Amino acid sequence: PAEVAELRARLRAVRHTVLVLSGKGGVGKSTFSAALAHGLAADENKQVALLDIDICGPSIPKMMALEGEQVHQSGSGWSPVYVEENLGVMSVGFLLSSPDDAVIWRGPKKNGLIKQFLRDVDWGEVDYLIVDTPPGTSDEHLSIVQYLSTTHIDGAVIVTTPQEISLQDVRKEINFCHKVKLPIIGVVENMSGFVCPKCKKESQIFPPTTGGAEKMCQNLNVSLLGKVPLDPQIGRSCDRGQSFLSEAPESPATLSYRNIIQRIQEYCEQHHSQEEKMI
Amino acid sequence: LPERSTNLLGVRHIVLVLSGKGGVGKSTLSTELALALRHRGHRVGILDVDLCGPSIPRMLRVQDRAVHQCDSGWVPVFVGQDRAIALMSIGFLLERPDDAVVWRGPKKNALIKQFVTDVAWGDLDFLIVDTPPGTSDEHISTVEALRPYRLLGAILVTTPQ
Repeated sequence: PAEVAELRARLRAVRHTVLVLSGKGGVGKSTFSAALAHGLAADENKQVALLDIDICGPSIPKMMALEGEQVHQSGSGWSPVYVEENLGVMSVGFLLSSPDDAVIWRGPKKNGLIKQFLRDVDWGEVDYLIVDTPPGTSDEHLSIVQYLSTTHIDGAVIVTTPQEISLQDVRKEINFCHKVKLPIIGVVENMSGFVCPKCKKESQIFPPTTGGAEKMCQNLNVSLLGKVPLDPQIGRSCDRGQSFLSEAPESPATLSYRNIIQRIQEYCEQHHSQEEKMI
Repeated sequence: LPERSTNLLGVRHIVLVLSGKGGVGKSTLSTELALALRHRGHRVGILDVDLCGPSIPRMLRVQDRAVHQCDSGWVPVFVGQDRAIALMSIGFLLERPDDAVVWRGPKKNALIKQFVTDVAWGDLDFLIVDTPPGTSDEHISTVEALRPYRLLGAILVTTPQ
């Protein structure tokens, strides 16, 4: 109860919270989280926070060109690391003395850090809190849902790639969301086709042998937010810590991302106004 | 040190397939490695300790099979007409394939220990252990449980970026 009150107080000034999940690893959760953060923060009037709770494999610092940054403490708590004035980031990556240090922790210790991230980080007033998660349905996922239940999660964006091996794990993630009563904003299908820049022919690098995310979403009655094609510039931007949306504004992948981001915003705003009506 | 169970005594070599990163092809490689070793005439087993996202059963087309118990523990699923690949995965213990295994560390650790000591592998030349991404409960527990045995080493999988 005291703990709950503490968390609630700290997160009181957060208007919208979006969890980025997948059952599967390597489908582009962090990539998408970073793009979502940049996309939302393009509006200077919006304050965006990106929380990376992938403790074993934190990708966000590198993707945001924040490697080597450290967390500063102040009277009001831990200070997020700011990419822009209106975009703050927190990750275990900032707590490591070297980027190659392995964080070999069992569940309880990981849960403790996640709680600290929520309780001790002075996020300030935030319009959007985006939480990037590791693959799976385990400690980190249970903990974040549990700790954030004191406040309010708008919903989850679930990321997949087209092949059945990914969808297999993503269906489990969708069931996890149902189990913990986490609303699903929708599914994003990454690596969805590749258009050769030379001959312009489209290939399916990860063939949707069982109908891809589209079929899965139909079957499970969840929204397909969009499909993002494979673009080598995405990987390159991630490695270089650049915003893909800014680096490749003409890419079909950018167009896809922007549409998806807009749909997420609409969902959150609509949700918010429905809540306000209820009050 | 954990006690040596007899179930792994007939296994000549144990190989771990690891990566920090998800989605780089650990399970794919584990499967292909098993198939290639079988092709060379070896007896192979795969232990799939990815509890949240077990991929191996589908990769070997045995996702609809079930495991049975015998006196020495679980009987692995034997793949193919020649039954030359033995497989153990949590995938076989799920009531429905879409059921999420939403377990915290301690419960995962208990099952992994059982997977290591309580599967009746018989005589194998190679046991390949496929792991989930990360460096957490599954990895710590697997390595701890395998310590008394002939752990050949780890293969690390990555992609270029």
